[in-house]
Amino acid sequence: MIRAEGIFKQFGDQEVLKGVDFTFESGKTNLIIGRSGAGKTVLLKILVGLFPPTQGRVWFNDIDYTNLDKKGILAIRKKVGMLFQGNALFDSMTIEENIRFPMDMFTPMTSLEKQMRVDEVLERVSLSGVNLKYPSEISGGMQKRVGIARAIVLKPKYLFCDEPNSGLDPKTSITIDELISDITNEEDITTIINTHDMNSVMEIGENIILLEAGRLAWKGNKEQVLGTVNKELDAFIFASPFLKKLVEAAKNNGKNSLENL
Amino acid sequence: MKLRYLSDLGKFVLWQKEVFRKPENWGMYYKELIRQMYDIGIGSLPIVLLIAVFLGAVTVVQFYYQMEGTLIPPYYIGYIVRDMMIIELAPMVTCLVLAGNVGSTMAAEIGGMRQKEHIDAMEIMGLNTSSYLIMPKLIAAAYVVPLLVCVAAIVGIIGGYLASVPADLFTQAEYVQGLRAFFIPFNVVMMLVKSVTFAIILVSVSCFQGYFVKGGSIELGAASTRAVVYSDILILLADYFIVVLLTQ
Repeated sequence: MIRAEGIFKQFGDQEVLKGVDFTFESGKTNLIIGRSGAGKTVLLKILVGLFPPTQGRVWFNDIDYTNLDKKGILAIRKKVGMLFQGNALFDSMTIEENIRFPMDMFTPMTSLEKQMRVDEVLERVSLSGVNLKYPSEISGGMQKRVGIARAIVLKPKYLFCDEPNSGLDPKTSITIDELISDITNEEDITTIINTHDMNSVMEIGENIILLEAGRLAWKGNKEQVLGTVNKELDAFIFASPFLKKLVEAAKNNGKNSLENL
Repeated sequence: MKLRYLSDLGKFVLWQKEVFRKPENWGMYYKELIRQMYDIGIGSLPIVLLIAVFLGAVTVVQFYYQMEGTLIPPYYIGYIVRDMMIIELAPMVTCLVLAGNVGSTMAAEIGGMRQKEHIDAMEIMGLNTSSYLIMPKLIAAAYVVPLLVCVAAIVGIIGGYLASVPADLFTQAEYVQGLRAFFIPFNVVMMLVKSVTFAIILVSVSCFQGYFVKGGSIELGAASTRAVVYSDILILLADYFIVVLLTQ
């Protein structure tokens, strides 16, 4: 479980987060949604400890992450895997070297064990055989999957994903969403995804929070999204003119909401 | 502006504690150390050789021009070239060139890693990036730069020979006599002290500029330029203070 209490974050005069409280449950796919500039990435980086909050606390189970010493922070980080928005794959290393890097650095595994684990995670993300390619030689969707493979190679308890669908076509986005969701269930990981993709929200959002201008505007799950009366969530969902037209069409056909389509 | 320099100085001093923290995995650090030694040493060798040979050659021709027709014996030119290369030209010019070559590359490499979130990714894995990315570079430079400087000094002296003896400015025997005259071994110590100090300056300043870069490609370019300019200024200052301290 990850719990945030009264998170404030300020950069100079700009207040990005204005007192955010929530709880993310263990073993579930938790989503942070909101428009660009709502503070999602900053919140995610506070949760993983890349930014310290100006005020407030982050708890990993019963451990106050914001008050830990260096050793304590490292102990938590060993349980964390992260997929970055831009993948953050080391471009001078091959795919295999990228995935091996955390094992080389932190485990006493033999070379054979590492090789087996690399092949195992690459197979899990359906990328067998790309071991010797460089990140620049594979597509954006494949890079995301390599990012996921690297994030889970040390069997983390928490998986953080920053905009996993950014820059991907809808079909590849769905594949990535399903992959993350499946891995979450199989490995019993607590996953936190930062996204503004409504497909992700409706497909894998077991626990969702909506950020609006640095404040928590709504929390719930995917079943509660479409029936919401929350104005901010409604505005976020129906920001797309296409969806608006779809709803109007539904209403014209005697159906009162998108849920009834 | 002054406050920014002071703030950067404070940040730099505090950062050293992180840079020299115990490595998570000695083997990986060693691998990185060897890679850095190769990059700095072999990577910079051609430019160092080229500059050194011309430094020696120009020094000889310049001094021959100034001493021609005077009562100073020609072998003095060999002596002057040797001491100039050892005491001043080899360590200082080599390190100024390395600041432009190696320093700007390091700033750009680390700054690029910061911008592409590679450093964040390593931090999340639990790695002390200040130490892993900087310490091997510092140690590698402290070992390799003095070797490059020694090579530069020797090649500079050879350059002086090539520019003078075949051109009949004076004889080989006179040049060699000059090289062997009035030799003070302490000058070599001074050269090594200078080269280690300059190596530490150019690596730490360049890595600092890259590690704390903010913004996009324009800021990365600016950080790379600052790495070279600040390294050069600090190398010149350090050169003066080392000379004052070691020649008292």
